Amino acid sequence: MPNFIMSYLGSTVTPGEAGNQFWALMYVLIIFAGVSTAVICMNWIERKALAHFQVRLGPMRVGPHGLLQPFADALKLMLKEDIIPAEADQFVFWVAPLIGLLAAFTVYTVIPFGPSQAVSDMNIGILFMLGVSSLGVLGIVVAGWASNSHYPLIGALRSSAQMVSYEVAMGLAVVSAILMTSLNASGTGTLSMIGIVQAQQQQGVWFIFKFFPLGFIALVIFAIAMIAETNRAPFDMAEAESELTAGYHTEYSGLRWSLFMLAEYAAMIAVSSIAVTLWLGGWMRPFPNLLNAPAWDFIFSLFPGLTFLGLAAIAFVGAARMPAHSFFKIQRIGLAVFAALLGFIALLLFVIAVVGRSADTSVAARFREGIDYVYWFVLKVAVFMYLFIWYRATWPRYRFDQLMRVGWKVLLPISLGVLVVTAIVGVIVS
Amino acid sequence: MNPGMNAALNSGMAPVATPFFFYMLGGLAVAGAVLVITRRNAVHSALALIVTLLAVAGLYLMLYAPFVAGVQIIVYAGGIMVLFLFVIMLVNIERASKERRFNRMWPLGLAAACALMALFVSAFVKGRALFPDRMMTLPESSNTQQIATMLYGEAGRMGQYTFAFEIASLLLLVAILGAVIMTKKKI
Repeated sequence: MPNFIMSYLGSTVTPGEAGNQFWALMYVLIIFAGVSTAVICMNWIERKALAHFQVRLGPMRVGPHGLLQPFADALKLMLKEDIIPAEADQFVFWVAPLIGLLAAFTVYTVIPFGPSQAVSDMNIGILFMLGVSSLGVLGIVVAGWASNSHYPLIGALRSSAQMVSYEVAMGLAVVSAILMTSLNASGTGTLSMIGIVQAQQQQGVWFIFKFFPLGFIALVIFAIAMIAETNRAPFDMAEAESELTAGYHTEYSGLRWSLFMLAEYAAMIAVSSIAVTLWLGGWMRPFPNLLNAPAWDFIFSLFPGLTFLGLAAIAFVGAARMPAHSFFKIQRIGLAVFAALLGFIALLLFVIAVVGRSADTSVAARFREGIDYVYWFVLKVAVFMYLFIWYRATWPRYRFDQLMRVGWKVLLPISLGVLVVTAIVGVIVS
Repeated sequence: MNPGMNAALNSGMAPVATPFFFYMLGGLAVAGAVLVITRRNAVHSALALIVTLLAVAGLYLMLYAPFVAGVQIIVYAGGIMVLFLFVIMLVNIERASKERRFNRMWPLGLAAACALMALFVSAFVKGRALFPDRMMTLPESSNTQQIATMLYGEAGRMGQYTFAFEIASLLLLVAILGAVIMTKKKI
């Protein structure tokens, strides 16, 4: 094996910092595949969960419990005719979804899935994330304009006004969290995503609980602003179907439309990762300082395997409860195979947890640690992703003036207040 | 230099700030700037301007000023250009694209641009001693902290640019108030 591949294994820094281009590329590919898979899962879970919220069944026909529905949808979207309206601005129409997609995926370079499980660690990490994700609005605005049609234009105008407004409250909430990172001996904070999590580790508290309730209020403001930033219900003014048909992507069809959807979901995962990194301790497992005995390490490292075991159990119960009619035979077999697959993954994770039990620097131990970090990070992000669905099922859509009033007259003053009070408390404490 | 940089140099890897990237980003910036004034369609001009701004952000990164690059992306590419597009989209493109693009003042503009260029060149030639003779390798990892020290100063001491910074923010506040008063007749 060439030296540049092997030399990075067991390293404690990100491939970007180690200057290892091969592993940086590998991480990029892994993250791209992971995010795309997460979007597929999210698509299915969202449809299923929304259906159950509304006492429906949701997708049931394609595969057992509609498990293959996202793949069928993807196939349909790829085969569908891709129409560019004759009066549209051809080039801008073509480039608009790519802008959104690029902006949504570029931010993943700095998301820390673990202390060394990120493509790169930038000194300006959080600034880079906010900046690049704010470029996503350009894709929406330009798409609405290029369609040369009224509904998309109105959707684009709403979207740009909304995203610019909520960025202010979002930025101020983020700043109050960054202020908390400077409460150490040297008195200097950090903007690096990995540094922010390490600051929480040093201070022994997630920033959501820091100066309670200040950190919590900042998180709530961020959580509200991030729904508006990603154009999700109840703030999905840009695509309000009762008023604007489908808003900015009315004229889009086929693969191009699916790129918009991919960008939207990728951006949702990205902003959830910001929230997790800033307030929920990023990759850290619960109580890393309080319960720091090796035994606790081992117990918490069993969680990934237990999760997959639980999923496998659910799938097995689903297979067992299939109606006995011969029509369901293939579905039952398929679900049982799926359950076996999940069970196998659980087994694999258990084996890794047991083999990498010792806290030394062997590759197995580091691999076990890496799985733990990624697991806790993804679990926290998944909670936020479920909240997105929950909000959508719970709240009716806001009117545009109400949306603006909430952004400027409620969230902005509160976030300014939180920022000022955090600064004062921080000075008093230190 | 930070440890990562050291490791990168020790492993025989060239730093990212190579002439290739400089000429690529510089070329992008110039091409975008030319497109801004030659496109008939205002939205196309705005998109070209975004390309220019992003290329300039890349140049800042090459100068080991990541904080300035990040702010450039947030403020210009993400904030101001969205507002630009917001306004331009409402303009009647059909009529605007039929109007003459250059009025009779263009020779004057050309002369002014040439004069500015001459000024830059003469400053570069005559004041060569003022420029560093080689590229500085500043620690990338402390760029933000250095800017903060300059703007706000160390503990108990005013920074080099604190006064100028505060004056600038006051000026912006006045501009914001002016905009509010101009749009709202009754407050």
